[in-house]
Amino acid sequence: MKEEQKFMTQDYLSIRGVHKSFSHFTALKEINLDIRKNEFICLLGPSGCGKTTLLRIIAGLEKPTHGQILVNGKDMTSLPPAKRNFGMVFQSYALFPNLTAYQNVAYGLQGKKLSKKEIDEKVRDVLALVDLSAIYDRYPAQLSGGQQQRIALARAIVLSPDFLLLDEPLSALDAKVRVKLREQICELQEQLGITTIMVTHDQEEALTMADRIVVMKNAEVVQVGTPEQVYEEPNSPFVADFIGSINFIGEGPTSQAIRPEHIRLSAPGAATAADGIRAVVKHVEFRGSFYRLVLQPLQGTGCAAVSNRLLTVDVSAHQSHHLHVAKQDEVVLELPQDKLIQFEQQAKAVVNV
Amino acid sequence: MEKQAAVMTPPVRRYWGERWSMQNVLIVLLVLTLMMTTLIPLVMLLSKAFVGKDESFVGLANFIRYFSTPSLAQSLTNTIKVSILSTVIAVTLAFLYAYGVSRTAIRGKSWFHAVALLPLFQPTMMHGIALTYLFGNQGIISNGFFGLLPGLRIPIYGPVGIVISEVIYLFPQAFLIFITALSHADQRLYEAAETLGAGKLRTFLTVTLPSAKYGLISAVFVCFTASFTDFGAPQAIGGKFNVLATDIYKQVIGQQNMSMGATVGILLTIPAVIAFVIDRLVERKQRAMQSSKSTPIQIPEGRERDLVYRVICWSISIAILIPLVVIVFASLIKVWPYNVTLSLKHYDFSTVAGSGLSPYWNSLEVSLLTAIAGTAVAFVFAYLIEKSRQLKGLRQAGYFLSVLPLALPGMVIGLAYIFFFNDPGNPLNGLYGTVAIVVLANITHFYSVPFITATTALKKLDKEFELVSESMRVPWYQTFLRVTVPMCLPAITEISMYFFVNSMVTVSAVVFLRSADLNLAAVALVNMEDAGDVAAAAAMSVLIVATNVLVRFGYGFLLQKLKQRTAAWQVRE
Repeated sequence: MKEEQKFMTQDYLSIRGVHKSFSHFTALKEINLDIRKNEFICLLGPSGCGKTTLLRIIAGLEKPTHGQILVNGKDMTSLPPAKRNFGMVFQSYALFPNLTAYQNVAYGLQGKKLSKKEIDEKVRDVLALVDLSAIYDRYPAQLSGGQQQRIALARAIVLSPDFLLLDEPLSALDAKVRVKLREQICELQEQLGITTIMVTHDQEEALTMADRIVVMKNAEVVQVGTPEQVYEEPNSPFVADFIGSINFIGEGPTSQAIRPEHIRLSAPGAATAADGIRAVVKHVEFRGSFYRLVLQPLQGTGCAAVSNRLLTVDVSAHQSHHLHVAKQDEVVLELPQDKLIQFEQQAKAVVNV
Repeated sequence: MEKQAAVMTPPVRRYWGERWSMQNVLIVLLVLTLMMTTLIPLVMLLSKAFVGKDESFVGLANFIRYFSTPSLAQSLTNTIKVSILSTVIAVTLAFLYAYGVSRTAIRGKSWFHAVALLPLFQPTMMHGIALTYLFGNQGIISNGFFGLLPGLRIPIYGPVGIVISEVIYLFPQAFLIFITALSHADQRLYEAAETLGAGKLRTFLTVTLPSAKYGLISAVFVCFTASFTDFGAPQAIGGKFNVLATDIYKQVIGQQNMSMGATVGILLTIPAVIAFVIDRLVERKQRAMQSSKSTPIQIPEGRERDLVYRVICWSISIAILIPLVVIVFASLIKVWPYNVTLSLKHYDFSTVAGSGLSPYWNSLEVSLLTAIAGTAVAFVFAYLIEKSRQLKGLRQAGYFLSVLPLALPGMVIGLAYIFFFNDPGNPLNGLYGTVAIVVLANITHFYSVPFITATTALKKLDKEFELVSESMRVPWYQTFLRVTVPMCLPAITEISMYFFVNSMVTVSAVVFLRSADLNLAAVALVNMEDAGDVAAAAAMSVLIVATNVLVRFGYGFLLQKLKQRTAAWQVRE
């Protein structure tokens, strides 16, 4: 699936210079974004970054102050929601409480010149797709949160929309259900090949589900890239910090960073520890499959940039066992050059000033 | 990417079809309707107060004449005195009663609750008539139960009678406000007070009273306004004691002095407008105080407390029942007080003032029409204002016009309607003297409370239902009919009952609008009492109350059926 997508480079949904300001503040600043057909895009950012506003503008629920939304090259900026062919799933599910699961899914099909049989077929197909054929006659109040969300999903895709908009669809669910639904949504999306845009503030959700992540901050797009790109090559300290954990090293133009799992640890006196940085373990946190250590580098060793900062290091349980680390122990750490993240853009900006 | 696109793209134009969508047309119609039924008549009434009999502008001359006519100016003082006294008594009694029902462990709470609301189903004239039968010249108490006991005579015709009638009339209104305020208290605050060592009195003063504070303010204003503008009670038992409401009636119906009627109407509106503004402010504060996390109140043990409240609640509920019992009794007695045998002859209305039973049938017709049309209008308007995403300014104007009738006394609405619809230049002039205008006046008069009820019910629905439907390309009215209306059926039945019951008992607005051919039951009470057919008036009162109680039971039955049928899709907590 991912391989195929690399060939489909034509843009399907284009956002051109979309700007939205309300009376007191700017919700979106000149957003440009191209989304390919069949792509799963996550709009990721802290609350108030404008991601939901962008989704609502794509849906037609809000009008941009200026800018354009193009689908297949056709301008649909001023079309009302009903004239855009999308399906939408809300955080609250918004299932009609007085209709059964079946009736909820059939709701949009009625009055669309379909025979009863056609409607029935479509509803049954979609219910089977979300694996809920058995509970078709229940009312939303009789369903679990996860089931309600799947019915909402079924209701959104039964009309075969051109694209699917998901507004924080998982945030009201329990952690376990959330992980399961994550997989189901991804599977469904691949199966149907439907262009999907999901809004989330949960970086793990974005990393696990998206083909590409659009990181937003303060009404602007900060970075667009695959989960791997965004994680491994964040283009700014903000992205590095917002997605995953990070250690910042040095300041200003030479600012660098490294992920906790990329720092290498060895016991003092070990052969590999010759030119490492010596540090003291300040805190040990057991995280199940790994330990998270907080280290205090010792004065006068290694590079000066790290000397007065605490470093977070993830060590697999297996390795930790091997090292016998405990609080106040001394260890030697190494920062592999190829894993150091450079913030070029940031550096340039500083130089330009 | 196209860096220049950002600057080049034009501002967004709205899709023209959206501007003239059905919803937008309806919103425009809504605002126009509300302006026609509320704003324009009101403006006409206001302008009448500043013209003389020959329609020329006279400035404040009418007001000056009003205050320099001693008998008229006296009415204002009378009204204020009576209203203050009635308010103080009604608010105190209602608070004690509501406290007993919500915060003590007495038995029979649903009975007390039901009895407290009984006066809502009675025309205010009825309280006056009942008082005549109790304390009048031939009253049961005046003549000591037909001579069995020594009589007790009090000057019931005048302020005493009015105040008693008003207290009965105001009691349920204050009770409803208090029972809401007292039931929504937060148990955690009481537990906090207890752990901090506060005594009972201190807890009452620092927790109970502050939480009921806004209810108290709002009850005081509601009661003062209601008794200030009430027409029924002073008309029935006021004797020569004049108040503003009876003055308007005399000026307009008796002396055909329209501009003086309008002048008094404005005086009548002033406290209502003040109450309206304060109520809006209070409501906002009260909403801020309520927390969704509050835990329901638990009633601590207190045997002495329960005993005291048992006595209070039973006394008050019996006092509320007495007038009704007396009226039923009086309507069944052959010739009061000389021939105390039972008979149904007073229920044969063919010989009395008015025209037989026709006022009753008219009232039924008007109330049914008001209930049906009023409910439809209130719910659809509330829906458009609450759920539409377009025309924000117009919707805000619509909201304001929808709560505005709260500030308008019924008599003022009735008077404004005469000026507006009786104007030969008005194309709607044909409505004058028809059932339609009475229904219209009733809907306007009672519209605000149902509108607010509908808005509250609609606010409870997920605001994304409309967006989901739109994304599925389902027209809004389909979702309105298939989801919104079924979900709001309890509120809708409540609204229609409210319209019906109020239309059955109201006098104030319709007293000006009925014609020779079209009389109404509650208004007929005024005529019958004037003509001395008091027993017939009692019988008519019984019919009105019986109808309303029946409707109330019907509503309860319907609600229960509805709950059973929709049990599957109610969210279980």
